[in-house]
Order: sequence, then C-alpha cells, then structure tokens
Amino acid sequence: MSVTPPVAPPGAAPTAPAPLPSPRGESHARSFRGIGVGFLVKLVIMAVVNAFGILTILTAVGADSWLLASITAVLLIVADVVYFTRRALPLKYLLPGLIFLFAFQVFIFGYTAYIAFTNYGTGHAGSQAQAVDATLIQGERRVDDSATYAMSVVERLGTYGLAIADDDVVRVGTPDEPLTTVDGEIGASGAPTEVSGWTVVPRAEVLTDPSVQQAAAALRVPLSDDPNDGALRTRDGSTATVYTSTLVWDEQAQTITDTTTGTVYTATDRGTFTSADGESLPTGWYVNVGFENFLRVFTDGALLQPLLSVTGWTFAFAILSVVVSFGLGLLFALIFNDPRVRARKFLRTLFILPYAFPAFMSALLFRGMFNSEFGVINDVFFFGLPINWLGDPVLAKLAVLWVNVWLSYPYWFLVCTGALQALPSDTLEAAQLDGAGRWRSFRSIVLPLLLVSTAPLAISSFAFSFNNFTVIYMFNNGGPAIPGAPYALGSTDILISAIYDISGVSGGAADYGLASALSIVVFVVVGAISALAFRQTRKLEEFA
Amino acid sequence: MTVTARGTGRDAARTTPAKKRRWLAEVGWKYPVAALIAFYALFPLVYVLSASLNPRGSLASSNALFSSVDVANYAALSGTSYWTWVGNTLFIGGVASVGAVLMGAAGAYAFSRFRFSGRRASLTGLLIVQMFPQALAFVAIFLMLLTIGEVVPALGINSKLALICVYLGGALGANTFLMYGFFNTIPIEIDESAKIDGATHAQIFWRLIMPLVTPILAVVALLAFIAAFGDYILARIILVSEDNWTLAVGMYQWVSNQLTSRWGLFAAGSVLASIPVLALFLSLQRYIVGGLTQGSVKG
Repeated sequence: MSVTPPVAPPGAAPTAPAPLPSPRGESHARSFRGIGVGFLVKLVIMAVVNAFGILTILTAVGADSWLLASITAVLLIVADVVYFTRRALPLKYLLPGLIFLFAFQVFIFGYTAYIAFTNYGTGHAGSQAQAVDATLIQGERRVDDSATYAMSVVERLGTYGLAIADDDVVRVGTPDEPLTTVDGEIGASGAPTEVSGWTVVPRAEVLTDPSVQQAAAALRVPLSDDPNDGALRTRDGSTATVYTSTLVWDEQAQTITDTTTGTVYTATDRGTFTSADGESLPTGWYVNVGFENFLRVFTDGALLQPLLSVTGWTFAFAILSVVVSFGLGLLFALIFNDPRVRARKFLRTLFILPYAFPAFMSALLFRGMFNSEFGVINDVFFFGLPINWLGDPVLAKLAVLWVNVWLSYPYWFLVCTGALQALPSDTLEAAQLDGAGRWRSFRSIVLPLLLVSTAPLAISSFAFSFNNFTVIYMFNNGGPAIPGAPYALGSTDILISAIYDISGVSGGAADYGLASALSIVVFVVVGAISALAFRQTRKLEEFA
Repeated sequence: MTVTARGTGRDAARTTPAKKRRWLAEVGWKYPVAALIAFYALFPLVYVLSASLNPRGSLASSNALFSSVDVANYAALSGTSYWTWVGNTLFIGGVASVGAVLMGAAGAYAFSRFRFSGRRASLTGLLIVQMFPQALAFVAIFLMLLTIGEVVPALGINSKLALICVYLGGALGANTFLMYGFFNTIPIEIDESAKIDGATHAQIFWRLIMPLVTPILAVVALLAFIAAFGDYILARIILVSEDNWTLAVGMYQWVSNQLTSRWGLFAAGSVLASIPVLALFLSLQRYIVGGLTQGSVKG
C-alpha cells in the first residue's frame, strides 16, 4: 500500500483535525474513511439546518418580524462558523443545547420580566398599530355609495386572495397584503380570468365548495396600507364592495374619531383610546406600566388577602410535603433496614410502587377516591359519611397533602435506605462501645450523617413541591374557591396554580402582566431559598 | 441486596419462649407494620385496577372491589382519542428524551474533556439557570410561541414540535451535571490513547465514550421521558386541539367533571399507561435512584 498524504478538504477539518503523524500507513486509510461518513452526515444536517434557517428568515422578513429574522440569522451564522471551522471545539458540542437553553429558558425569563412591566392582557394584546387596525375593522360598515367591482377568488399555496377588475386593470390582494396591480386578463363577465402568479378559483367552485365559500366570505383585503381607506369584502362571491370604517384614525393627532357620533377618542399613555367623557374603546395596546403590577398586589385589598393565604399555603404545602414524606420514608427505612427481616427486596418493591405510578394519574385517581358522594374513601373507610374532602378548605388541604405524601414518601424511603447502608459501621460500633443507646446514636450519629447526603435533595424537593402545579391542579383544581377572591383563586392553590388562574392562558380574561410579575416574585423567592439552603448544606458538609 | 443471615433469628426464636419474645420485640412486629405500609401504598393501585375492570364505569359503582370483572372499559378506549394521545405522548416524550440525552451528553463531554476559557463560569451559570423552573415562565412561553407561530406555524401554538423544543430548553441545565460526574469517572487515558491512534474527537465521542456511559444515558432518557409524560401545564397551554393532546391533558378532561361517567375509561387508561412505566421503573430502579439522588427530584 502506498502512503498517500491524507486528502482533507478544508471543510472536513472539524471532523478530522490533522491526524497525528503515524508510522504506519493504514491509520491514514482509517482516518480517511472516518472523514467520509462523519463529514457527509454533518453536511446533510447542516444543509437541513441552513435551509430551515433561511426559510425562517425569509418568512420572518415577509411578516415584518424583524426580531425573529435577526435572531435566526445570528444563530445560523454562529452555527455555520462553529461547525465549518477548526476553532471553538467545545462549542461544537455545546451549541445545540445552548441554543435551546437560551431560546426556551434564558430568553423566556427575560421576556417574563419584560411582560411583568406591561399591562399585556385582554384588551391590551398587541402594538398600537394592531389596536388601530382591529378597532377600525370592528367599525367597518358597507357604505351605500361605495364602489363595487367584479372579482374572482384567487389562490396561491393555500392562501386565498381577491382579484378585481378595476377599469381594465387587474388588482389583487390578500388579507395581509393590500391591493396591488398585476398582469392579468379580464373575461367576458367582467371579472379577472387570469392573474399572473395566482390560480383563479373557478366560479362554480366558489359557489359550491363549502370550504372555499367560507374562505371567500371571510376575506378582507385592505385597499392600502392606510387603515382609513377601508377594505374589500365579498358577499356573493362575484362582486367585491368597499367597506369603510365609521371610525377614522388620525396618526398625527393620535386620535380615532367616530364619524357617526362625532366622538373623539384620544390615545392615552395607558394604552387605550379614551374619549373626553372617559369612555374607552374595547381594543387597546400594551404599554410599559413600571412597577404597577407589583404594587397592585399590595394596594388591591381584594387581591392581597387571597394571595397572602395562597403564599402561606404554598410554604406550608412545600415544607410539610418534604418533612412528612422525609420523616415517613426515613422511619420505614430505619424499620426495614434490618437484615433479620425476610423478603426485604419484595417489601421494598411493594413500598415504592406509588412512586412508579405516574404522578398526574395518582392525583386524578385520588380526586375520584376523595369524592364526597361517590368516592371510595368515604364509602369504605368512613362508613359512607358524606365528608366533603374536596369542598372544605381545611379537609382539602389535608387531602392534597395526603396525596403528595403518598406520592413522594417512597423516594425518601429509597434515598434513606441507600444512605443508611452507606453509613460507616465503625462509627456506629464506637458509639455502641461508648454506651450510646439506640436513640442517642440515631440522634447524634445517624441523623447528622444522613442529613449531609440528603439535605441537598430535600432542598430540590422543596423547590419542586413549591411549584408542583400538576398535583394541585389535577387533584382539586386549587379549590374550593376562596369566596370573594378575584381570578378564581382557591384555598389549595399554590402560587404557580394561582398564577395560572390569573394569567388566563387557559381562557377567560387574561392578565399576562400581573401573572408575570407574580412569576418574577416566585423566581426570586425560590432562587433565594435555594441559594441560602445550599450555603447551609455546604456548612453541614464541613462539620461532617 | 441480599438477605443476609437468612432465617437465623426466627429459627433461634423457635427454641425458647424468651428468645421468641425477643424475636417478636425486635423483628416480628415489623411484619404487621409492613402489611400496613403495603396496604397504604397499594390500596389506590388495587382500587384503580378494580375500577378499570368494572363494566359500569361510574365512580359510585367502582367502590365494591372486583365485584365484576370485564374488559369493557379497555375495549371502549378504542372508541376515544386515547390511542392518539398515547401516540402523541410517546412521540413527544421519545423525541424529547433522545434530544435531551444527545444534548446533555455532548455538553457533559465538552465540560469533562475540554479545558476552555469560561468553563467554570458556564458550569456555574448552568447550575443557577437550572434552579428556576421553566414552568413558571409559562406566560412568556405562550406569548413567544404565539409570535413564532405567525412566522413558522410548525413551531407555534398547537404544535408538538414546539412543545418538544420547550422541553429541550431545559435539557442542558437539568442533565449536564448528572452526566458530567459520570463522564469524569471514565479515565481520560482512553481518549488519549485513541487520539494517538489517530481518532478524531467526534470518533472518540461516538465510538468510545457513548458506549461507556450507556447507564447514565438510559437514566437521563427515562427521566426526560417521565418529565414529558407527567407535564401538564406546558402541554395544556401549547397543545390546543384534541388530536394533539398528550395523555395528561386528555385524561384530565375525562375526570375533571365529577359527574361524568368516564371513570372506568380513566381507570383502564391509567392501568394501561402505567404498566410499562412501572415495569421500566422497577427494572431500572437502582439506576434511577442513583440518578435522582444526584439530580432532579420527583416529589
């Protein structure tokens, strides 16, 4: 075999950095094969990534979403640089995870903070331009003398548009793009029959196919970029009429005037259009409101009261969940960490079954079992008494704690069993020789040593319970409701489920601003507790 | 774990009454206690099994355990969207866990094998980011996906891919530490000898390291799958239409109304869905507990 110098195209370098000089020829051949497969795979993946990225940039530019377009462009360039140069070797491994981390974790934290300072929510859901458009559309009427054009429905890549014959000229537009003049032909009926770049949907199809019919009836094609000019709509599928709004937007003066009543609505710094007598149009836009969302919690008594009780219960729930299930797990572990007990492996499997049962199903299961009328718990264990577990605030709290302890004690049982078996036996023997009783050696030796290894777990367990949305929501939906509380808050709601109710993401009136402000508060609380606790456990470790 | 000194205590106890009393005081009482704990642990599970076999399918009729045994509820599942939800859950959980494993392993490899500037800082950064639960930012996630969806509908609201992407956002933070420790236990001499033989870093990663760290890969995959399987809040917000729901979202709808008679369906669905999870969990128990004690926690 002749020794040929390795042929490495420049792009292949990352998968095969210059092989070390080797005394034998075959290692070149080996590394050459490596270049082939690895480089091809990388090329294919990067081609797909680039194609997707460029497509995203183009669509984003088309939709005027400049932020998304520039973020995608930056990411794409970074990815190409990282994977097609020899530099930044660790980044080749970190980049995919980092991109997801920044997009879906770091960015959303920042975005949460941003929303917390706005009045984003129902009635304030977009920019001012969007609010003007939406308001004017709501005020649109067909005017008696408005122009009517012969038209055809056109289609391109699943998007429908309207093409009209305007004095021998064909003009076409979609809901997103105002009318523009294009090449086309006008048929005998007066409507466009051919439109360049578009497929004309046959008249018969417009009249008979229900899906096309619906799409055509919903079409609203603006005449121009100025929302005051109105838009084309069709009722019969063959003629289009100009609809103009009874509201007029004056961008210079920042006012909307209702031409039927003459009322002038002025844009306020609160993100609404408000008339002189204080009446506001339903659609506003979101504006920065500073610390208002944070202050609202303290100034609005109707909100503060239930939120305080929710906060108290969140701490109680998280602390009790950890303490009770830790205690129970440790107790069971101590009892059954005894070589004289037979079939310990079998017993252990039985004990931890609740842990292996999916948590959301357990919560739903207990929801049915605790039902006051039909539930098995009242029926079997309480002689059919109608105890209102889910409807009484105190009983509901006890019940949800019971459920969470049932779910999590096996974890502590397993952890403590492991920790007990890892204890140094000589220390225990020494204590015994010194005359320490069982309780004394447990309190002074076993427990402190155990806590060293389990305390960090208890902290993360606390943080987890603090935000255990699933169990709270699945078991009782946070209920029973606190009477008089706004936003459907309930007595077993913990902060995260309360935030869910307030946010309105699941329907109803939304208040994203307030919900995000509360999220920020919880972030800070959880972060501070974790930091403090980790510092404490580090001290614990030093003592041990 | 093996039972050492098997039976010696009991055999000895049979000999004299005094020893028997001592056995009862030290070991014997543990069996009734075990029975009590087992009852506490198992009653709900036995109950759900019984309810799933009760053809009447209502909450009230399920209270007499095993009063009748019938697979009607299981058969009725095929008349619902249950199997679609199972498919969605498997797809979302599967892709999310494979992605989490790949990203976590790559990240851990980079931190464990390369020395680069900012390494310490990035590790600390990951530890801090990981402390803040993603679920708390659900409002921002919702609004962000609404915006993205206007440009790329495949990654917007009501897209399974979008949900997977959100789950993958936490992949690096949650798993890197778990894997990092494990990667560090693989001697670096293996890498070095392979490098001398002319292997590239990619070859070392895929051919040498990945096979050696399979146990931790399995644990991370399972944890990521269980996390996706059990998530409600993000799945509920992102997946809007019924044919996109996961099991958690779908089955909640069955029993959220206390008066509906879908209890039998829920019970049957739970039994079917939990058996593979139970089996997997029990067989991988040792690794999972090891993994949990180092990383994330269920409750």
